[in-house]
Amino acid sequence: MNTRVSLFVTCIVDQVFPQVGIAITQVLERLGYQVDFPSAQTCCGQPAFNSGYTDEARSIARHFLDVFRDSEHIIVPSGSCTSMISHHFADIFQHDPQLLAAAHALEPRVWEFSRFLLEVARVEDVGARFDGVVTYHDSCHALRELRIKSGPRTLLTKVQGLTLAEMSAAEECCGFGGTFSIKFPEVSGAMGRTKIEAIQKTGASTVVSIDSSCLMQLQGVIDRAGLPIRTMHLAEVLAAQ
Amino acid sequence: MKVPETEIQQAINDPRLQLAIYTATGRLIDHRAGVVSAEALPDYQALRDEAHAIKKHTIENLDYYLEQLESNVVAHGGKVVFCRTGEEAADFVLNLAKERDLHMLVKSKSMTSEEIHFNERLEKHHLEAIETDLGEYILQLAHQRPYHIVAPALHLTRYDVADVFTKELGVENEVAIEKQTKLARKVLRQKFLEAGIGVSGANFLIADSGAIVIVENEGNARLTTSTPKIHIAIAGIEKVIPRAQDLAVFLNLLGRSATGQPLTVYTSFLSGPRRESEIDGPDEFYLLLLDNGRTNLLADPEKRQSLFCIRCGACLNHCPVYRKIGGHNYPWVYSGPIGAIITPQFHGINQDTWLPFASSLCGACAEVCPVKIEIPKLLLKLREEVTEVKRRQCSDGLERFAFQLFAWVATHPKIYRFLANLGSIFFPLVPHIGPLKKWASQRSVPEPAKQSFHAWWASRKGSS
Repeated sequence: MNTRVSLFVTCIVDQVFPQVGIAITQVLERLGYQVDFPSAQTCCGQPAFNSGYTDEARSIARHFLDVFRDSEHIIVPSGSCTSMISHHFADIFQHDPQLLAAAHALEPRVWEFSRFLLEVARVEDVGARFDGVVTYHDSCHALRELRIKSGPRTLLTKVQGLTLAEMSAAEECCGFGGTFSIKFPEVSGAMGRTKIEAIQKTGASTVVSIDSSCLMQLQGVIDRAGLPIRTMHLAEVLAAQ
Repeated sequence: MKVPETEIQQAINDPRLQLAIYTATGRLIDHRAGVVSAEALPDYQALRDEAHAIKKHTIENLDYYLEQLESNVVAHGGKVVFCRTGEEAADFVLNLAKERDLHMLVKSKSMTSEEIHFNERLEKHHLEAIETDLGEYILQLAHQRPYHIVAPALHLTRYDVADVFTKELGVENEVAIEKQTKLARKVLRQKFLEAGIGVSGANFLIADSGAIVIVENEGNARLTTSTPKIHIAIAGIEKVIPRAQDLAVFLNLLGRSATGQPLTVYTSFLSGPRRESEIDGPDEFYLLLLDNGRTNLLADPEKRQSLFCIRCGACLNHCPVYRKIGGHNYPWVYSGPIGAIITPQFHGINQDTWLPFASSLCGACAEVCPVKIEIPKLLLKLREEVTEVKRRQCSDGLERFAFQLFAWVATHPKIYRFLANLGSIFFPLVPHIGPLKKWASQRSVPEPAKQSFHAWWASRKGSS
């Protein structure tokens, strides 16, 4: 097997959490994939789209369609960005038949990382080892727009040395919400602190998610409170040996 | 109106209030989950689809069903009054009371009457309106508006209620809920007997039979609609449904979504005044059908689904923003996600422009909505409309410039990569830059990556 997959790392992973992109590359290469990284990639446009700047989002989305035009599988380390591409590009281009067709053609080729492992690579145990108790945070767009719930948990439970402890409010929003966290910082912070309380109750020392933006929010609130909890992207756990 | 930042801050920093909201909504979440599960209601998702389809059909044929409703209400001896505004509705009641020389009326719970500030309008003309739903009665005594569509006094603990009763009714401080209820009951029973008019809302208006349906748990709506000689129901025009059998869908969803009850304690079907052969019931029945901005929503085929709402409150209970800021920080009586989408549509997109943005777009609301209103989608649409209005007013200068710049950078990969490599210079500045200052007040700012992924990839290719 020497299938080529294209990595879209997202702007936040590129600039704040490159280790997540590196981890995904490692996991995929260990599974025998040839990883390709189109270097003209930038962002999916979600920050502009969610803020009501549809024209700006549209130009970024067009750029994305261009960059990944020839990719067979596009792997994305984020439920939120995946959903932006596979669900909302169609909204953005609803009045432009040509680009709408291009967006629809792209949809089946865009894969959130954990879903790609389970549904395309068809692997549950990637041979990872991670010692510790972790809890999993369901990121909203992965859960409610992509219907990703059990997949990441399945992958986690196959990791040697890892114990998965469910929190009571796993499906509650972490409070990030992109520009929401800038427009309503206090509300966002309060939501984050409520989430952290649920995480603390599990006794887990690590929170895992498939969205780096949620993890940035959670780590920010955790660090501010001085708590001994760390956040990790699923890919980082799966790359650990 | 601007974001009520101070009030929001106060709500967030009030641990007693936070506990009250989180506990009460948490209980409603749990109760609902128990009665809509696959075991409890295997057809739940199909019922939601059906409810959405019925509402869609009705709203798209509203003129037809309203006329049918009117002729059937009239056939039962009732009278239908179409009211364009809240003022028209209040004036009708005031004139009727004046004509009959009545000075007091009892009311059962009605968000529609809250929406038009019914009590205040009446009180200005010395017509007293007494709320008879326990939560509403407490709030009337406390001079507050409802905190929640279904549980109006959700934010008050029994200790708060004890204080309100002591202050307003002059009774001894009583913190036992049963005793508080008995006390309210004693006061209210007398009011039912004295009132000349009973005013209710309506949960559903059945076009093909001319009946109105009211669901409740306390029995006060039954007393309100049957004891006084005159019954006036006030309802939004969107409450109409085509047929009585449609209730098999809606009654199955409303109680479950609202309070986690398969059915509420009382479900009343009221069709017109008392007939000669009947013992109970009012002598006169009036149905006030209120527009108050609703017809403005009909034009947009996507946004008009906002009128499908059956006011169950499930979106409030599940909204992490509502659960933090509470019901009183929303500008209108309709709070939470449904309030965030209908307020700008009723009042104008240039009013309360912050509302559609007060959401993390987590989607919990849409997931529990029994009539499947696409709330996040509508929030996004309203956000787009708000930015368009601000563009025309030239009032979004810096934000628009930031997004234009962002879009330009994101479509010029070389510049994007160049700036990304400067990230480590930019990041330490975050806590000092305009809107990011507040962002950083709530959390630690992440450390910038020493090397972007782009740079890592380039170096890796270079070395291999």
